Amino acid sequence: MSDTLSAARLDPADREALLDTATPIVIVGHVDHGKSTLIGRLLYDTDNLQDGKVQQIIESSKKRGLAVEWSFLLDSLQIERDQGVTVDSTRIPFRLGNRQFVIVDAPGHRQFLRNMITGAADAEAAVLVVDANEGAQEQTRRHAMLLRLIGIRHIIVLLNKADLLGFDEQKIRAVEKSVTDLLAQLDLTPSLFVPASARDGDNIASRSERSPWYTGPILTEALAAVPSGNTRAALPFRMPVQDVYRYDDVRYVAGRIERGVIREGDTVEIGTQGSKARVAKVARWHALERKEAEAGESIALVLEPDVIPARGDMLFLPHQAPEKTARIRAHLFWLRQEPLRVGESFRLRLSTAEHQVTVASIDSVLRLDDLTEQQAQEVGPEGFAHVTLVAGEAIQFDPFSPGTSDGRGVLVDRNQRIVGGAPLLGPADLKDGYAIHPSAGEVDGAQRARSKGHKARVVWLTGLSGAGKSTIARLAEKKLFARGIDAFVLDGDTLRMGLCSDLGFTEADRHENVRRAAEVAKILTQAGQVVIVALISPLVADRALARKIIGEEFDEVFVDTSLATCEQRDSKELYKAARDGKIENFTGISAPYEAPTKADLHIKADGATAEENADALVTHILSVI
Amino acid sequence: MDHLDQLEAQSVFILREAYRKLKPLAMLWSLGKDSNVMVWLARKAFMGRVPFPVMHVDTEKKFPEMYAFRDEYTKKWNLDLLLGYCPPVEEMDPTLPPAARSAARKTAGLASMIEKNKLQGVIAGIRRDEQGTRAKERVFSPRGASHKWDIRNQPPEFWDQYATPHEEGMHIRVHPLLSWREIDIWRYIERENIPLVDLYFAKNGKRYRSLGDSDITFPVESNASTVAEVIAELETTKTSERAGRAMDHESEDAFERLRVAGYL
Repeated sequence: MSDTLSAARLDPADREALLDTATPIVIVGHVDHGKSTLIGRLLYDTDNLQDGKVQQIIESSKKRGLAVEWSFLLDSLQIERDQGVTVDSTRIPFRLGNRQFVIVDAPGHRQFLRNMITGAADAEAAVLVVDANEGAQEQTRRHAMLLRLIGIRHIIVLLNKADLLGFDEQKIRAVEKSVTDLLAQLDLTPSLFVPASARDGDNIASRSERSPWYTGPILTEALAAVPSGNTRAALPFRMPVQDVYRYDDVRYVAGRIERGVIREGDTVEIGTQGSKARVAKVARWHALERKEAEAGESIALVLEPDVIPARGDMLFLPHQAPEKTARIRAHLFWLRQEPLRVGESFRLRLSTAEHQVTVASIDSVLRLDDLTEQQAQEVGPEGFAHVTLVAGEAIQFDPFSPGTSDGRGVLVDRNQRIVGGAPLLGPADLKDGYAIHPSAGEVDGAQRARSKGHKARVVWLTGLSGAGKSTIARLAEKKLFARGIDAFVLDGDTLRMGLCSDLGFTEADRHENVRRAAEVAKILTQAGQVVIVALISPLVADRALARKIIGEEFDEVFVDTSLATCEQRDSKELYKAARDGKIENFTGISAPYEAPTKADLHIKADGATAEENADALVTHILSVI
Repeated sequence: MDHLDQLEAQSVFILREAYRKLKPLAMLWSLGKDSNVMVWLARKAFMGRVPFPVMHVDTEKKFPEMYAFRDEYTKKWNLDLLLGYCPPVEEMDPTLPPAARSAARKTAGLASMIEKNKLQGVIAGIRRDEQGTRAKERVFSPRGASHKWDIRNQPPEFWDQYATPHEEGMHIRVHPLLSWREIDIWRYIERENIPLVDLYFAKNGKRYRSLGDSDITFPVESNASTVAEVIAELETTKTSERAGRAMDHESEDAFERLRVAGYL
């Protein structure tokens, strides 16, 4: 870090002089209700326009035979000016006193919905422009629905063109009532109604004399009152891993903190695998050294032990874990032109994570003309729906909540195109309609045994890591196969590569690992196979569970190798890592191993070769099948 | 976090996304104030390194001060510099007004560098507040095989989820400075002490507010000779930043036509 820090960086008084974070405000509403005009007017009346821009607008307007057309300020494309429509969203910075805003102008035309979402998704507040003369129209409903789905909490309704009603209080109150009723159907409560004329500047930046009955805030006052509060730092810590870099032998886990605070010395849990690490350093380049970082900061963490998380892994504090489930209820706003149907698969992007998901059910679709939820087979273009998504593995997330970045899922198709927004609401239960009805096979075990020439059986090898379980199992498998016996090995590492890849090494996860292994072994016995399971399965209770699942065709085999021998072999260098404190919950070191007391076969492995031990196993298997 | 902290954090996030998702990737370095801030932000993102090449698409008509600056900071910042040159103006679309036609050389020079290096991502320092068509941009802006910007059919982009290439020959323009304003750039330059070509500072009552080719960029009236004075000036001025850029004023749509064709 050879470059020097400037005084402005160091002096707190100078820092205070800098402006606050800009507050994004989205302007939405039906086409021709006056959004762009409002923005032009607002910028002009609050002295936020550069000279060149005003001149440009006057020239462009003259050329088309128009009086000064404020919308040209934002509709900067030729097609927009020629046809008088907004094609794409624009963001324009805007200052009101000491407060900084960014105005997002979103097109109202139905076919440009995705552009509107592009502009509006991060807004802090919305101005919903409604033509007081026309009242709420289709796009008013659609945009209001969208505001709800993307979680915008503060909504100011601007009853525009109130001059057409002569600023008549009674008429304007009637429009206000109808818009309030409409929004109530969407669980939205606007914070304010402002009667205004954007074209003439009434109640925009100055109070109108034409509406003496209106004593509420004018638009600029209402905007100044929008809370800018960033409360995300007070929530439990979340940092999705964006990437991992290695520079000068240091590994940096890079990412942006989505919420909460992290401090050096904190222990974080990493993703669904549940491994833990200590934050050794909060690393920044060319910045003041600080031992902590908060929501919104893009930082890099150096972890101890030097674990290598994957992109998308969520870092969190162990006692503040997020939801974890493979079945998720979600809202959906659908952006593809073809309808969505049940059974379609997508990539669900959630912050930096990506998961394969399938739409398991369309639970309801919103009808925009009367705002009721209906049963439907598909979600039409630009539709809104509730759906259930099912993933191939457990997904960690915080349910969607306005004002945070939680649960903001996006569906992406095979061509990497974003086809929908899917705020995740929470775990989905299996519905009654999905009740499980297992069916009995038409071919029974005796038939299979006759066909194969032997019975099915599970032999469950338990023992310490490095005891030789897999080696013995593989040798026995080979010997049995040579005799024409249909034998198959399920070993711990293979299971953890695939079926159990979402599990860690906590007691609960190990229990689940054993349960899954036992269920798979059971299915294989129903197919008539001899199954050799090689799994540490350290606890008596877990092995009892396996016996319960599999039933009578179960033998427990204790591969009894001393800890000293296992640790001396240490072919995977796990014992070394565990002794160094790099692995937690390691059987025999930092987690218990409960040896079987009444095993069906006890292989005293220390005193014999792997070959001899495998022979002992084969002899046992031959005696029971 | 203050306003600059927030802009910085967002730009770092964008640069890290680009580095992770687009390979090969390069950053345009025009030697101007915005692109120096951009290189600086890359160093923020990657702990003091710029882990991809920086590209200078040279019109060979820059100010001598700019070439000297380039040579000095390529070394100081340990940059992997890719140089590309632009075809002569005679080869450009003759229906464009003169200054725009001259600027179009850069589009052609850039296109050939993208093709030569088979780039999937090009990081560029455009800002929304510079010009109306730039305000319509995406952070990750897909360009087809012909490098054209399909302004009417841009992908949705929300919640920091960006488009990635999905067709042969396509590339993505990445815009980490889109949300910055001119004054943010200057305040950040002040805060971080980022070096600049001194043409930005007033001599004899004039300074350059925006640096392009020496034949089509003109200085503006100013007495601001330090970063602090420039900031003070920007806090009160109502003249637009590109007032000294000839091509912006030749015809209403000259800039839009350039940009649709792949110009920055």
